[in-house]
Amino acid sequence: MSQISVRVDGVDYVDEVEPRTLLVHYLREQLGKVGTVVGCDTSNCGACTVHLDGEAVKSCTVLAVQADGAEVTTIEGVGRDGALHPVQKAFHEMHGLQCGFCTPGMIMASIDLLADNADPSEDEVREGIEGNLCRCTGYQNIVRAVQAAAAEMGTAEMGTGAQA
Amino acid sequence: MTAVEDAPATTAPEREVGKARRRKEDARLITGRTTWTDNMVLPGMLHLAVVRSPVAHAKITNVDVSAAREAPGVVAVLTGRDLADEQGSIPCAWPVTPDMVNPGHPSVAVDEVNHVGEAVAIVVGRSRTAAVDALELVDVDYEPLPVVLDMEQALAEQPDLCHDHLQSNQSFRFVFDAGEAGTGQDTEQAFAEADVVVSRRFVQQRLIPAFMEPRAVVVQPQGDNYTMWSSTQVPHILRLMLAMITGIPEHKLRVVAPDVGGGFGGKLQVTPEEVLSLLVARRLGKPVKWVETRSESLMSAHHGRDQIQYIDIAADREGNVKGLRCRILSDMGAYLRLVSPGVPVLGAFMYVGIYKFPAYRFDCQGVFTNKTPTDAYRGAGRPEATFAIERIMDELAVELGMDPLELRRKNWIKAEEFPFTTAAGLEYDSGDYDTATQQALQLLGYDELREEQRRRRESGDPVQLGIGFSTFTEMCGLAPSRVLGSLSYGAGGWEHASIRMLPTGKVEVVTGSTPHGQGHETAWSQLVADELGVPFEDVEVLHGDTSVSPRGLDTYGSRSLVVGGAAVVNAAQKVIAKARKVAAHLLEASEDDLDFTGGSFSVRGTPGTGVSIQEIALATFAAHNFPEGVEPSIDADATFDPVNFSFPHGTHICAMEVDTETGFVKIRKYACVDDVGTIVNPLIVEGQVHGGLAQGIAQALYEEAVYDDDGNLTTGTFVDYLVPSAADLPHFDTGNTVHAAPGNPIGAKGVGEAGCIASTPAVVNAALDAVRHLGVSDIRMPLTPERVWRAVHLGGDGGDRAPDRTNAQAVDSAQAASIAQGGDL
Repeated sequence: MSQISVRVDGVDYVDEVEPRTLLVHYLREQLGKVGTVVGCDTSNCGACTVHLDGEAVKSCTVLAVQADGAEVTTIEGVGRDGALHPVQKAFHEMHGLQCGFCTPGMIMASIDLLADNADPSEDEVREGIEGNLCRCTGYQNIVRAVQAAAAEMGTAEMGTGAQA
Repeated sequence: MTAVEDAPATTAPEREVGKARRRKEDARLITGRTTWTDNMVLPGMLHLAVVRSPVAHAKITNVDVSAAREAPGVVAVLTGRDLADEQGSIPCAWPVTPDMVNPGHPSVAVDEVNHVGEAVAIVVGRSRTAAVDALELVDVDYEPLPVVLDMEQALAEQPDLCHDHLQSNQSFRFVFDAGEAGTGQDTEQAFAEADVVVSRRFVQQRLIPAFMEPRAVVVQPQGDNYTMWSSTQVPHILRLMLAMITGIPEHKLRVVAPDVGGGFGGKLQVTPEEVLSLLVARRLGKPVKWVETRSESLMSAHHGRDQIQYIDIAADREGNVKGLRCRILSDMGAYLRLVSPGVPVLGAFMYVGIYKFPAYRFDCQGVFTNKTPTDAYRGAGRPEATFAIERIMDELAVELGMDPLELRRKNWIKAEEFPFTTAAGLEYDSGDYDTATQQALQLLGYDELREEQRRRRESGDPVQLGIGFSTFTEMCGLAPSRVLGSLSYGAGGWEHASIRMLPTGKVEVVTGSTPHGQGHETAWSQLVADELGVPFEDVEVLHGDTSVSPRGLDTYGSRSLVVGGAAVVNAAQKVIAKARKVAAHLLEASEDDLDFTGGSFSVRGTPGTGVSIQEIALATFAAHNFPEGVEPSIDADATFDPVNFSFPHGTHICAMEVDTETGFVKIRKYACVDDVGTIVNPLIVEGQVHGGLAQGIAQALYEEAVYDDDGNLTTGTFVDYLVPSAADLPHFDTGNTVHAAPGNPIGAKGVGEAGCIASTPAVVNAALDAVRHLGVSDIRMPLTPERVWRAVHLGGDGGDRAPDRTNAQAVDSAQAASIAQGGDL
């Protein structure tokens, strides 16, 4: 067993893990962070996407020991002060989900995409989330949601900028 | 899509039905507060892992579990022999013919394995990793048997047998002949007298439903009661079948489908793993959990499609269709599962499409092969039928030198001819194919694209453009119990609903139709809000737990709104009728003098009097002041069983670029106009169409379950089985026409399968339209660049991706000709 210290959704944990334990299994089984799900075993579907020190990673491809000393954000930690993250809100507004199984990973990937590109075109969104599979929506409303979130986040930033 | 931005003009703004309500379900799904089955943890819970066969067909000569039993954290190891007396057979609820052969389907193999991935033993561990670690310690000896993989070979003279104890590889032969049924003319005569006959062989490749949430089961034994949580589309059917299989009395079994991450028919099943989880929990007296890996899912959860279609069409020189003859081979895989044989039969009555064929014959054989069983996948039978008719109409148009749309228009049912009974004997309820087509042409920008096609053709552009049509209809709302009975289906098709009026005026709606992404909670709330005049937010929809929702037939076949929603509306009407008696008492008026509008009863002509249905709910709870002889409840149940299917229709048009130098195909534009009847929630309808399009396009371009010649699935991961990403799919331009269905109180026709049924032939027709002038008349699905390139440069249909005789595709030309001419598959 190895000891790891990791901060997940703003809470510090010190835990013993088997060296082979995947980050997603640590999150789900040891921390009860079941908002992050497992959809495949080849890192194709992206359902398990979380942020590791601010970057989107597929948590089925990361060992828990690799997260030692790192900060992890899951779908359960993206909202602030009880409010939804703009991307979560946009997925709801634009009907960017149906069964919702891919949704946590899709939202985490989208937040990461918008951090790199604040105003993506439709094609850029499609390319940017191609590591995440959805079987229900045909992606059109997901693309719409990401662009709507980009618009809202852009407006919010401009608003903040104007005040400052 | 126009429906989201513009509310349908026919709907008054204050009504909930027609509003693009954002979904109630989303709150838990976008925040990770969901109840997937795999999230369940119970005290003392044990974990199952399944040893699966690595060979397609073999005798099991020995299973040595001694090392696995000694492994750390392993509690038990059970083999087929251990469970042989109690496991029964996975049920097949659809014996499509009286003489259908069912080999029986053990949940865990006892003496023989019949496909790769079949369960051979179960390891029970204190943790999932302990169970999985011990899998490889189970030592199974196999004595190989011949492997049957190709359907045509399986039906040849003296074939190898998929099941040694059967006489042949044929499960059934189902024939519908319109002449014999009295619904049409004699087919042979129609062909003998026709000016033109076109014959084609189409292959519906094997697909995998590939729902995003892998299957998962948790079973908790409590004395002689058992609760099963399962990622299933059909908790009600599952409970009944589990009771019949295991002998556990039905009233001692509770089945719960919590949030379910997609199904697409793939979770319309009674799975071996569900049965095994229950048996192990019973044997050990402990809660157990089984969760599959993706590769297990792709290998052992049921597959879909996999048909060979021999289609003959007869017409006169002017393009009037005279007859249609369909001979189908449908691959059942190694076993019959819940509705495996019924899948081609669901298509049997839809091959005539929207056209006025005077003569029609359908002849289908179900064939066993040593592959994963097939069963329902989105559309189930109807995509196959739609593909065949929409492809052969294009081939006939080419033969006649006619425009494909002109040929369709000449033969389709006119708006004024509804209701129309087809040669297949189905009465199509309503629609207007011409209007939908006109709208779709506009959405696409048809004339400009045809002009561009001409320019590219003339300049010899290496990237050619093609336009493909699919003018389709489908039978939906899988329901009419009497009709299903006449087709030997093992259950009815009704749906049930209950409405409970709570003392505070809030409303609980219980539906028997169990969703897995469709948005029932939102749409049903809209229906009830309109019927009862209560706020949308005051309605809660309960489902998916047989102890909460005791009666139901679940979600598949685009039936939920059409049948289940109709039951909800009827239950609401009963609530109003009961409340009316209470209102009359409270208002000291005659029931006949009461109006019910906006959720309140008032005495006609007496403004200011009134009592709301929510106030009546409280008065009913107190029951202090209640009419004499009336029971103090205004709750109501309703069961709805329509007399006919519903028939959504639409026109789908695909414009496709084909790079003749690389074989790469790219959808340039996709436009469709669907008529799904009354639209309750345009946002949800649009989403269903998008998702269906994605899956239908994926069949045309990307997906194929491939077996090697030993019967190994070579597409057993998402690396190899290509579920399209956002970058692989185009933007869709969608629209609607609305002709309310006459057969249910909502007027809805069903939308879940429409996009998936319609789109596949539009895409293939478009690709062929781009390269037909280069001598290409067919390209096998999926249209990979390699296949397209081969078809363009080498001729033929692009060939196999798999080795010969493994994927129901390779057939030598002499055999094909003999089958085509012999007529007797």
